[in-house]
Amino acid sequence: MNTKKLEEKIFKGLMIGSSLLIFGVLLYILYIIIKKGLPSLSWEMISQIPSGGFYLGKEGGILNAIMGSLYLIFFSVVISLLISVPVVMYLNFTLRKKSRFSAFARLTFDVLFGIPSIVYGAFGFTIMIFFGLQASLFGGIIAVSLLIIPVMIRSIDEVAILIPVELIEATKSLGATNYETIKVIVRQLLPGISTAVLLSVGRGIGDGATVLFTAGYTDSIPTSLTQPTATLPLAIFFQLSSPIEEVQNRAYSAALILTVIILMLSFSARYFSRRFSKNKI
Amino acid sequence: MLKSRLLKDRIARHYMLTATVMAIFFLFLIGGGLFLKSLPIMQEKGLWTLLTTSNWRPFKGDFGFASYILSTLYVTGIAIIIALPLSLLTSIYIIEYASPKILRAFSSVVDLLAGIPPVIYGVWGTLTIVPFISKSIAPHFVEFSTGYSVLAAGVVLAIMIIPLIISILMEVFSAVPKEMREASMSLGATKWQTVKKVVIRKSIPGVIAATVLAISRAFGETLAVLMVCGNFTDLPKSIFDACYPLPALIANNYGEMMSVPQYESALMFAAFLLFFIIVLFNVISRLVLIQIDKRYQL
Repeated sequence: MNTKKLEEKIFKGLMIGSSLLIFGVLLYILYIIIKKGLPSLSWEMISQIPSGGFYLGKEGGILNAIMGSLYLIFFSVVISLLISVPVVMYLNFTLRKKSRFSAFARLTFDVLFGIPSIVYGAFGFTIMIFFGLQASLFGGIIAVSLLIIPVMIRSIDEVAILIPVELIEATKSLGATNYETIKVIVRQLLPGISTAVLLSVGRGIGDGATVLFTAGYTDSIPTSLTQPTATLPLAIFFQLSSPIEEVQNRAYSAALILTVIILMLSFSARYFSRRFSKNKI
Repeated sequence: MLKSRLLKDRIARHYMLTATVMAIFFLFLIGGGLFLKSLPIMQEKGLWTLLTTSNWRPFKGDFGFASYILSTLYVTGIAIIIALPLSLLTSIYIIEYASPKILRAFSSVVDLLAGIPPVIYGVWGTLTIVPFISKSIAPHFVEFSTGYSVLAAGVVLAIMIIPLIISILMEVFSAVPKEMREASMSLGATKWQTVKKVVIRKSIPGVIAATVLAISRAFGETLAVLMVCGNFTDLPKSIFDACYPLPALIANNYGEMMSVPQYESALMFAAFLLFFIIVLFNVISRLVLIQIDKRYQL
């Protein structure tokens, strides 16, 4: 009897310990990023592009990378929405509930979700060579879209499954076509779609390996799709490999900026999904 | 009026079908594209030579991937050894013992950890894990280590895959029906005995699936590993030596390989290798997870 209780106690202790450890690691990561990033964070960092001698520790900021990342993610999200929303609508509301095709499609998207970003980057790059394109905003958009389409599909699909059959039946019984029904459903799904967008923005904006070859790097803000563009993760990555301390410090504050963006996205995603679960019928 | 509505419906249907087929087609397009690109090097050297030799001199035409493959395996192995027990203990605690409040709070922690970009993990790793290994751990075992090592990459990777494993395990454990737990408890088993003999035993396929998924995630992780692994082409002799996993190899050399066609094909072969293993692992573990879902939904 006693060993039974003792074993339970030991394992419960281990479980609480490991939970606390994981929580602690999260706090430790945030603490280090804030502690290292805050000292060199300045208005100049986020409002200026690199000036001459920036990589030797002179004036300038990383506005090029911030704007580059924003352009990149904006266009990628638009493209991904144009593909993901129809896909989810087709799988859930046009096909029969238990069709083989939709099971196969879902498996494919799960697998696509698991493919690492470096593979998307390398594949995007070969496509660009094939069409004779150079590293550019356009190339980056293609690669990042490929990366976030599965994220978006899976995330919208998760909430689309929860739509009650009655809603669909009610619309259809009023004589609506399948397309008109879907318009009603999409309106119901808007909070879920917003969550999906925020999730994919987070994934896309933070990923460096996809844009490493496809988007390139530059010190100016791109003015057309064919120009290369800087991105936040690569700004951090390249500045960190510099031997000059001031440049390294700027990498830390760029890391802080990226972390703050990601945290904001994550919190708003939670807010939207909570609102959605309140509206659930 | 009716006609235009039906026309719209038909157009929408075709558009949705096209989008779906296209999205599915991506997977085959990527696989096919990478395979075609890596075909020249496979034909020239043979698959076996590429996988088992470790001479890497691209400009002399030697492409042996063995040390990169081994680096990837070492790093992944360490990551799993660290991440799996922690994730198991934590997700059991969250699902079986913790209050709903803690459950909710902890899913935020998992989401946040999952959302942190690889490059941030890399920065954190170089600031904390690398110096810690170099100054505090390595001196007890080897004469000198920069800290940029197999161990550092493994630890950083472990933290990155923990949220993935936990989120799958939480689903797997909560899929075990309540009745089974109650049956066990009503026979006089303690909570822990129930967990050990019912919940975990019932969840073994799910745990394996989660592990396989985590392995495939660890295989492909690039930037964070690249920043802490040391990028040195040689077989690592201990976990304090630098290593050079496959994704890092692709990332570091992609820009400069254009001059040698063989080199490009070799790097594409590396990408194809990653793609192939990861797709295989993903399909297997997803099928297992789908089965688990089906079994308990009835």
